[in-house]
Amino acid sequence: MPEIGSNASTGWTPDQPMVSIKDVYKSFGELEVLKGVSMDIMKGECVCIIGPSGSGKSTLIRCVNALNDIQSGSITVEGQEVNAPGLNKLDLRKKVGMVFQQYNLFPHKTALQNIMMAPLHVLKQDEGEVEERARQLVKKVRLEGKENSYPGELSGGQQQRVAIARSLAMNPDVMLFDEVTAALDPETVKEVLVTIQDLAEEGMTCILVTHEMGFAREVANHIYFTDRGIIVEHGTPATFFDDAKDPRTKEFLSQIL
Amino acid sequence: MEFFADYFRELYEATGWNFVIFYEQYEYDRFLEGMWVSIKLIFASLLFSLVVGFVGAWAQGAKSRIVRYGISGYIQLFRNTPPFVQILFFYFVLGNLTPSYDAGGYQVAYIESFGWAVISLGFFAGAFNVEIFRSGIEAVPESTVEAAEALGYTRLKSYIYIIFPLAFRVCLPALNNNLVNLLKTTTLAYGIAVPEMMYTANQIWSDNVNVSEMMIVLFVFYVGLVAILVYGMHKWEKKMKIPGYG
Amino acid sequence: MTINSASHANNKAQTDLPVLLPIARQSQQSAMIERHEGTYRLNMQPRHIAWALVLFALACGAAQAAAQPEMLGPMQALFKWMEFILWGPEGELTGFALNLVISFFAMMLGTVAGAALGLMQVSLLLPVRQGSWVVTQFFRNSPWLVLLFTIMLLVPFEVDLGFVVIPVPDWIKAVIGFSLPVMANISEVVRGAVISLPSGQWESAESLAFTRRQTMWMIILPQCFKRMIPPWINWYCILAMATPLCSIMGVEESVTFTAQALNAEGDRPELIPVFYSFLLVIHFIYTYPIARWSIRLEKKFTVKT
Repeated sequence: MPEIGSNASTGWTPDQPMVSIKDVYKSFGELEVLKGVSMDIMKGECVCIIGPSGSGKSTLIRCVNALNDIQSGSITVEGQEVNAPGLNKLDLRKKVGMVFQQYNLFPHKTALQNIMMAPLHVLKQDEGEVEERARQLVKKVRLEGKENSYPGELSGGQQQRVAIARSLAMNPDVMLFDEVTAALDPETVKEVLVTIQDLAEEGMTCILVTHEMGFAREVANHIYFTDRGIIVEHGTPATFFDDAKDPRTKEFLSQIL
Repeated sequence: MEFFADYFRELYEATGWNFVIFYEQYEYDRFLEGMWVSIKLIFASLLFSLVVGFVGAWAQGAKSRIVRYGISGYIQLFRNTPPFVQILFFYFVLGNLTPSYDAGGYQVAYIESFGWAVISLGFFAGAFNVEIFRSGIEAVPESTVEAAEALGYTRLKSYIYIIFPLAFRVCLPALNNNLVNLLKTTTLAYGIAVPEMMYTANQIWSDNVNVSEMMIVLFVFYVGLVAILVYGMHKWEKKMKIPGYG
Repeated sequence: MTINSASHANNKAQTDLPVLLPIARQSQQSAMIERHEGTYRLNMQPRHIAWALVLFALACGAAQAAAQPEMLGPMQALFKWMEFILWGPEGELTGFALNLVISFFAMMLGTVAGAALGLMQVSLLLPVRQGSWVVTQFFRNSPWLVLLFTIMLLVPFEVDLGFVVIPVPDWIKAVIGFSLPVMANISEVVRGAVISLPSGQWESAESLAFTRRQTMWMIILPQCFKRMIPPWINWYCILAMATPLCSIMGVEESVTFTAQALNAEGDRPELIPVFYSFLLVIHFIYTYPIARWSIRLEKKFTVKT
């Protein structure tokens, strides 16, 4: 009998890394953005990737979700190779959920409809069940009463929470967050971070690209610092923030902290 | 219906206002034919202009520079020249070039005046539609499209459920403007002898010498149609409005 | 799952994170402006003439290829007839020149009548306002050809004033016919300009004891004047492009003469595209500088306000 949570088709088991990135190179035409990045993320870990702009962090997590392709190296999610030519993207997207920085929601649908859309259209699930689950997710992100509001009527923080609920509706195993609080007002940043923290504490594997150092220190299991396409340093929050070794890391931390 | 016929007959006898189309079957049929051709013309050119707009908007994003410049040139030519001369150009110039078949002694063209009117008006309104559709598509942010992709939507599905509905809601006011304009412009088809309403009205008043009455009927039809359209458009736009966007 | 639109009355809050790109709002606003002004803005660029000329050149080239050696080549035929199409036979002002004359007079008549109608639309008297609104909407929404027909058929060909009989030639009827829709559209332009001024203008004038007439003529209209000019010029360009319609009624303008010229040349099919694209080109060349001037004026006016 297969272990619970293992992937029979790829032979992945939970003692192996959930997301495994090995030696990834990515260029946009002439410009090389990722120059040999490797990391392993175990199930249930919450990982933060920080670094200056242009260091390739957004590109990296977009590659995990097959939104960008990679020139060489390998990325596997639950044992499934993301860069494989015959990859069924739908299978990947069922496992990996992503939340973007802005223009996230579909403006012509209400919050509830936004959450329900993908399970209905993509997974073709039953409408009654989908609606039930959607309402639970709305409660979970603390937006009860806003089900019938349109995105244009919600604040930035509320929009992002709906976006998180929408990705959760697909029941992913990994959640990717691409600078989700960067475009928000400082007051609304906290409500989004609290939601992500709840998710992490429930055991969801999370990969966040973020500038929120306080959040990283408190919630992350592991922090990676990227600069100019490579991972300069990584470690647990304690060692990373208090005991950074690389001079670049120290310089970056001194600028932002 | 007999009631109406009697009423108008009496009106004629009493006042001299000769609304002959309402009480004489022959004229009534003639006029209805003309009205039907007008309505077909409007629908057909509208549909064709939507197709042209759709294809053109898609072609404007093409990789080939020739295609892009070609579409841009077509738009500018059709926007900035008289629509009446465009219709004449299509009918006389292209009409001469199309093949015809032998219908027992005389040549019948494959595309007659009605067809050329539809094509010309369709390209005229289509020129505006290309820009309208383009702005609608460009209004949908890249990030929203990617969010759809991240949820597992295929390209086709994201077009159907997300990109197209959004682009359409953004385009709708401009599209409605174009529609009303097109409606008024379809009367130009008279110039190439399309048997639409004005042409038929012309025949009727030549026979019955009731120019003013026929003119009144024409005005009532066109102004009434535009009024209905504007009202319907207003309602539709209100329904399709995205609450609180932008 | 239906959403009651009434529920949005409470959710009027605007978001602090936009949900569509700015071009969405711009496109809707420009659609509303166009709806209000009654037509699209001509947006002519220098490179657009290139397309009209390309078409013309292609037509000539094709005709040259198709022509027989003993017949007139297309360019020669065009040169032979060009003067006729442009200004008609000696001693008359017809052809394309008549198009321009009709457009001038129709614009003048339409502007005067339209300004009056527009001011009536902002009158304080309800029947005046409503009456002028009906007239404006009626003429705005009627097809131009139907109006033209009506005037041409119903206006008598001469007016008998008892002591003198004034003949009304066809082109005058065409002027009247074209001036009606122009009047309605200018009326909307004027009304729009007047109500676009902030109410503070009216209020401060009133508190200085200006009468309504003084307010209108000394304060409101001078400010509106600049805003009205670009749409006014735009309407002139649209009108100039609509004047070929009167060829249907037999008025001797450029399209009529083109048809006659082609007829005289024996209806040779290869000449048709040459002559008709020539028509497109001259209309474009006439309208282009005017449309550009309107854009320049608009830029000049918006900087200050």
